[in-house]
Amino acid sequence: MKYVIMFTSTPELDAAVPPERAQEVYERVYAWFQQHGEHIEDSGAELQPVETATTVRHGADGPVVVDGPFTEAREAVGGFSIIDVPDLDAALAMARSWPMLDLPGTSVEVRPIVTDYSQFEQ
Amino acid sequence: MNGSDAAGSRDTRGCTAASDRLLAETVRAEAARIVATLTASFGSLDLAEEAVAEAIEEAVRAWRRTGIPRHPGAWITQAARRNALDRVRREARYREKLGLLARSLPDVVDEPTGGAGDRDDRLPLLFGCCHPAIAPEARVALTLRAVCGLTTAQIARASLVPETTVAQRIVRAKRRIAATGIPLRVPEGRDRVERLDLVLTVVSVMYSEAHLAAGGGAEADRDLADDALWLARIIAEALPSEAEAHGLLALLLLHRARETARSDGGELVLLDRQDRSRWDRAMLDEGHRELERAARLRRPGRWQLHAAIAACHTDTAAAEETDWLQVLTLYDLLLAHDRSPIVRLNRAVALAQVEGPCVGLAEADTLGDELGRYHLWHAVRARLLRELGRDDDAVGADRRAWELTSNDAERRLIEARLGAPRFRS
Repeated sequence: MKYVIMFTSTPELDAAVPPERAQEVYERVYAWFQQHGEHIEDSGAELQPVETATTVRHGADGPVVVDGPFTEAREAVGGFSIIDVPDLDAALAMARSWPMLDLPGTSVEVRPIVTDYSQFEQ
Repeated sequence: MNGSDAAGSRDTRGCTAASDRLLAETVRAEAARIVATLTASFGSLDLAEEAVAEAIEEAVRAWRRTGIPRHPGAWITQAARRNALDRVRREARYREKLGLLARSLPDVVDEPTGGAGDRDDRLPLLFGCCHPAIAPEARVALTLRAVCGLTTAQIARASLVPETTVAQRIVRAKRRIAATGIPLRVPEGRDRVERLDLVLTVVSVMYSEAHLAAGGGAEADRDLADDALWLARIIAEALPSEAEAHGLLALLLLHRARETARSDGGELVLLDRQDRSRWDRAMLDEGHRELERAARLRRPGRWQLHAAIAACHTDTAAAEETDWLQVLTLYDLLLAHDRSPIVRLNRAVALAQVEGPCVGLAEADTLGDELGRYHLWHAVRARLLRELGRDDDAVGADRRAWELTSNDAERRLIEARLGAPRFRS
């Protein structure tokens, strides 16, 4: 099954991480991508900080452009990848080994992606 | 002595109508295996589970009249397979798969009881139903239906949850299993201990729900405590090297053994007042044996500690002889695994026995934020306050306990303590 895994963190906590610690975790992130290479269908992208986000939102008189992310949550999505693994347990095992989870305020969201479009037909 | 024994006692077969209890036990012995088999053939737990649930309802109706057939598992399998095919046929988009399916379906198994030496094929289904990606309250409902073969109505009556809520939880959980790719598999290695704990927690919640319902005034035709004990047995038998599986089985046995003495003419009798000669000796012995089996595996854990505490309470001829220092020591060990407020409250009770009511009360009082709405916290405080001679405070605490419990038997117990009909509002 294919899943998108979204890497999230809490920017204000990220800022408190000493640079050498961040560097050390980052190196393990590279290793993580290599280690799981055969299951990574698309390595996806790492995103610029959440302050760079601009959102276009529904408005009664047409779309409205707003500065900032789509949600006021403290956490922000920092990147995503697409993986192809046998089942959820395999996806969760990969997510659990994500090196950034050693840092406070981080999480990984695992969501299956739609591959069977027949439900939208008829 | 697992569920298949029930199916084995088929003396009612033939013309005699079968009792509902025997029907339920027979169904339970077969349900999970059939769901597992059909899930494998049809590739959908949802479809398989619906088809088996329907077949069980048909079976119960038919067997009430005709008695239980020689091979009840084969009967249900056949009916369920027919139902599943009907469902597939009704869904047009499966049409092209139908030819393929019909060919790949296995023959009906005559004796569906597990082959010797094989790991129990019900376990993968159980681990799937108790997956951490499913909401905790839905795990219990789905397990009862898919693994124990209960109907939605039975689950609702036995757990005091509205039937529509139960149905919704089951549907959502099954959809989630399919949509998120939850595997029906017993995990191996490091994951297994963690996942087993979730399974054991579901079984323990099931057991506790049975006691919520008891005395709640509901007419349940199914005692969830029986199902929980049955599941605990299956798990311990299928995973003999898992100490905690034996620990939970021991715990449930040691509790269940005291069941008969817990009530006297519909009134609740607390542990220290129970007539110990009414305890089920054989069940207590089995509980102790399971606890010893667990201990030999040298992998301590919270269920074994809970069971060891229960054993302290059942080991003595009279409540006054309870070794409270031992109980307190076990609670101290338990805190390393389980710091839940309920465990800490129970520890405060033991602490009061060892170091006096004043120390116990001080400990209980630290839990007010977490347990302020839990009737037993107030009941424990009432008892300790009374021991300290603070009768007015004790009455206030009992009054709060009375307000917070919805169980009639517990209310009557508090009323008896207060000797006050004025509590009937």
